[in-house]
Amino acid sequence: MTWLNIVIQGALVGGFYALFACGLSLMFGVMKVINLAHGDVAVVAGYTAVFLAPKFGVSPLWSFVVVVPVFALLGYVVQRTLIQKSIDRDPFTTLLVTFGLSVLIENLLLEVYTANGQSINIGSLIGSSFQLSSTIYISYVSLVVLGVAVAVLGALQIFLGHTKTGRLIRAVSDDREAAQLSGANYRHIFGIAAGIAFATVALAGIAYGMTTEFAPSSGVTNLIYAFEAVVVGGIGSLWGTLVGGIAIGIAQQLGEHINPEYQVLAGNLLFLVVLAVRPNGLFGKKTAPS
Amino acid sequence: MPLLQLEHVSKKFGQVVVADDINFELEEGEAVGIVGPNGAGKTSLFGIISGDVRLYGGQIHFVGQALERMHPSVRCRSGIGRTYQVPRPFENMTVFENTLVGSQQGAVLRGRKSHEAAFSALERTGLSSLANRAAGSLTLMQRKRLELARALATQPRLLLLDEIAGGLTDLEVTELTGIIRSINAEGVTILWIEHVVRALLSTVDRLLCLASGALVADGEPRAVLASEAVRRVYLGDRILNEAMDS
Repeated sequence: MTWLNIVIQGALVGGFYALFACGLSLMFGVMKVINLAHGDVAVVAGYTAVFLAPKFGVSPLWSFVVVVPVFALLGYVVQRTLIQKSIDRDPFTTLLVTFGLSVLIENLLLEVYTANGQSINIGSLIGSSFQLSSTIYISYVSLVVLGVAVAVLGALQIFLGHTKTGRLIRAVSDDREAAQLSGANYRHIFGIAAGIAFATVALAGIAYGMTTEFAPSSGVTNLIYAFEAVVVGGIGSLWGTLVGGIAIGIAQQLGEHINPEYQVLAGNLLFLVVLAVRPNGLFGKKTAPS
Repeated sequence: MPLLQLEHVSKKFGQVVVADDINFELEEGEAVGIVGPNGAGKTSLFGIISGDVRLYGGQIHFVGQALERMHPSVRCRSGIGRTYQVPRPFENMTVFENTLVGSQQGAVLRGRKSHEAAFSALERTGLSSLANRAAGSLTLMQRKRLELARALATQPRLLLLDEIAGGLTDLEVTELTGIIRSINAEGVTILWIEHVVRALLSTVDRLLCLASGALVADGEPRAVLASEAVRRVYLGDRILNEAMDS
């Protein structure tokens, strides 16, 4: 039963990692940009839900209805201004720019909201769970987050596969110059992809704030887990990101079961093993050697 | 009004001149070939017209409209289609989806019309039976056809073909030139860079020759190929003089 509990709790945590990571995977897949500020965007969404949304009469529980679209727009604007300019230079510039953005966001949050932990108040929902067996309890909130992650990844998969804009995102991801000479404005498409990435990570940030306390530095920690989920699942595969997130979650639960100090280490070990054995991840496409 | 007009077009990459004061015009419905040795600036010229390469000096007009500040995607939508020397299909998409990007973005068609235009481009290039195949799995000939189909799906008035016959067998070249002739017969203006001269001669009614970024000949294809300027470009002065002496 203990093993089953490890798998279940790991899968629940993994759902959150996948939700957090899908935007990272999308931005890398489409624009080849590793957004080092990805985690900080989630934290900003959390702070927005706690402090700003109530000022406009929106309860923290329902804040995602406002925060997610606002972050989608923010993603589009940040892409078209800051990130696009760095893409036009070279890949290292995008790393430096997003790293700078991450440092800036974290320090601004520290300045304005201090290092004290915050959380999104969802009342009695936070502790409520149902009992699967005598030793296995499942948190309603974690289950909803896993459900949201599956729904978001499924919706993204359908969007990319069957809509005009989704098709364009895949086209510019394959060859942006050829797409441009077929009439597509790839900068606009990059903006849309970044908008989706920011929206999904804002949702993840709010989900995080509902399940645990967060602080300005939480973004970096979660970015590492999200990055591991993307690499373990295979870059460019959304379902791979879900499986990668769940695999990292289960590894962490297993590590914690052996010794609470091994929780993070176990996830990192899985990441290293996958990198060594299957560098393209569990579902990633094999790339021909150059 | 000419369809395409290049006036004093110049471009340098560092100290390398790829376009040296190029002037020519294309009338609607013409089929024009471009020859020239490797490094003559042929592909760069296509880049300048399609917007891949930024102009250094001079002017380009397409249907009277200045192109210099026009975004490449807008140039495509206004009627300039282009193929690449090395085919660049969207590998992770199906053959049909590749042409659909062209019909929806380049030709700005919606719904059923965009699907019909995309499928029609596949039919004209003999790819309709492969519509659902992943573009990444195609052979070289099929990729060249897809390159042409995707450009056709944008419904161009001017089609820039970059060595589309290169690397194909004689039979495949004959098939492809047949398709290109039929496209031209429907009124699409063709500007075609090609090393396979046989393919060009069967299709174009005018030939340009580029060397070191400059336009050295422009006229009736056989006359251009026989001209001293072109022979000098390909053979060099010394070999030409030796040939003349012997």
